[in-house]
Amino acid sequence: MTVAPRREDYDVVVIGAGPAGLAAAATSAEAGLSTLLLDENIGPGGQVFRAISSTPVTERDQLGADYWVGADLVQTLRASNAEVIQRATVWSLDRNLEIAVSIGGASAFIKAKRVILATGALERPFPIPGWTLPGVMTAGAAQTMLKSSAMVPDGRTVIAGQGPLLWLLAAQILRLGGRIDRILDTTERGNYFAALPHAFAFLTSPYFAKGLSMMREVKAKVQVVSGLTELAAAGDGQLASVSYVAGGKRETIPADLLLLHQGVVPNVNLAMAAGIEHRWDDLQLCWSPVLDASGNSSVAGIAIAGDGAGIGGANAAVVRGRIAARAAVEALAPASAAKLPATATLRAELAKAERGRLFLDTLFRPAPQFRIPSDDTIVCRCEEVTAKDVLDSVAIGATGPNQLKAYRRTGMGPCQGRLCGLTVTELMAQARGKTPQEIGYYRLRAPVKPITLAELAAVPKSEADVKAVVRG
Amino acid sequence: MFRRSEQDKRPQVQIFVDGVAVAARQGDTVSAALLASGRDARRSTAVSGAPRLPYCMMGVCFDCLVTIDGVGNRQGCLVPVAEGMQIEIQKGKREIGK
Repeated sequence: MTVAPRREDYDVVVIGAGPAGLAAAATSAEAGLSTLLLDENIGPGGQVFRAISSTPVTERDQLGADYWVGADLVQTLRASNAEVIQRATVWSLDRNLEIAVSIGGASAFIKAKRVILATGALERPFPIPGWTLPGVMTAGAAQTMLKSSAMVPDGRTVIAGQGPLLWLLAAQILRLGGRIDRILDTTERGNYFAALPHAFAFLTSPYFAKGLSMMREVKAKVQVVSGLTELAAAGDGQLASVSYVAGGKRETIPADLLLLHQGVVPNVNLAMAAGIEHRWDDLQLCWSPVLDASGNSSVAGIAIAGDGAGIGGANAAVVRGRIAARAAVEALAPASAAKLPATATLRAELAKAERGRLFLDTLFRPAPQFRIPSDDTIVCRCEEVTAKDVLDSVAIGATGPNQLKAYRRTGMGPCQGRLCGLTVTELMAQARGKTPQEIGYYRLRAPVKPITLAELAAVPKSEADVKAVVRG
Repeated sequence: MFRRSEQDKRPQVQIFVDGVAVAARQGDTVSAALLASGRDARRSTAVSGAPRLPYCMMGVCFDCLVTIDGVGNRQGCLVPVAEGMQIEIQKGKREIGK
């Protein structure tokens, strides 16, 4: 049932079939380059267009017009000659553009002339007390279930956090007949003033009208509490209640499901493991790769497109995918580039898609208390390490995330820092009076997703490979 | 915690959770099917034995780890259900031989 790549060498390998990857692979293949698109999920679409080819949600208005745009992207890709493999987990990418990919429990190795990373974003960690309890999930998790299986919350449901996705999810849940008891808005009051200078660009962007009507739709049906300064989940082995402080008043409400969201951040694991330089972004509060205007990274031949290049949203991701693919075509088959939209046209489209982003980033910049936990709140979910554990380690000499591994194993569990990395960097930076840039991040290495030793051992070996490690 | 929308007309798929037959739908992931089943699908962690359910549903948090057809530590949120699939809720770390 699972299919290995048809060739060992490709002109372009695109990793990730979200908005950026779909657009990049189609552009590259249409220009005549041999193109392989590898994606970890069951079907194409990434997160924004998840289950676009298979969703059981048939009433189109319920998911919204922005979702169905994904169907056109998939159609364009399918009409091209790009080879697409789903359920393919890339676990290694190096400076030689060699890629190791696990498909159906077996690994294949391929080489590319250019690689376009479109590994997208993941939800920012939301380390509050009790966030590991069963019944606490990300808003994205609920949206995944809604899109791919038409499932909606039906117990006592609380949504907490901030940002555009939170309101979109709430609207979608309500349209599908799901239950939401309360929305807890963690947007910092001060952010409204900070965002004001950027308001004009936002007000004249398409996000404004859509966002406003969605918030109105939700607020007509659900009680919304804003100005949260504290938030905690509690229960004995299962979520039982959510407590919060808003306007100086503490309240505790019973809950079966708590959905958390405070924005998305680039999914950096594969890019960092390939040795691509990243820098701390002080506005978006995350690591972003250092890229040129075409998305080219510090490693020759590897470009990054989509939210993995810095959060810009789905529309920007599509254009970034096309820009990165055009650069690949220019490098490998310059004559074919003439058929593609001009770089200047694409750049203008990108500027349009990014309009209003600065406003959103400033308004929804998460508050320190929801990013940097204290006391017994778990920081590293895999190894069950608390904020106090991290601070104790700093007190006896741990200088940064990599030293901390030796003290506490943070980031060494199966998620490889995806759910704790940003928290650890910011927590240690605060404790040591340094900037996150100075503190740094985990040194990530292949395999970026766990694979079994049996799978590694089964990889075909040449005589030279064996000679390199066998004595005598 | 979750229920299925009535507009979902996908064909049923029968899976087994700790030996008990559970109705899923074609295209469900293992994790989604478990969350919709109403059964106690909590795994327990390898470090402290704390109970957990899936957190991210997109392949990054590893809180959906589950034993599927005899193979442990699978990410249930990335694996689609298949007729007759045998699922075991994983308690603690992956066992040798699984």
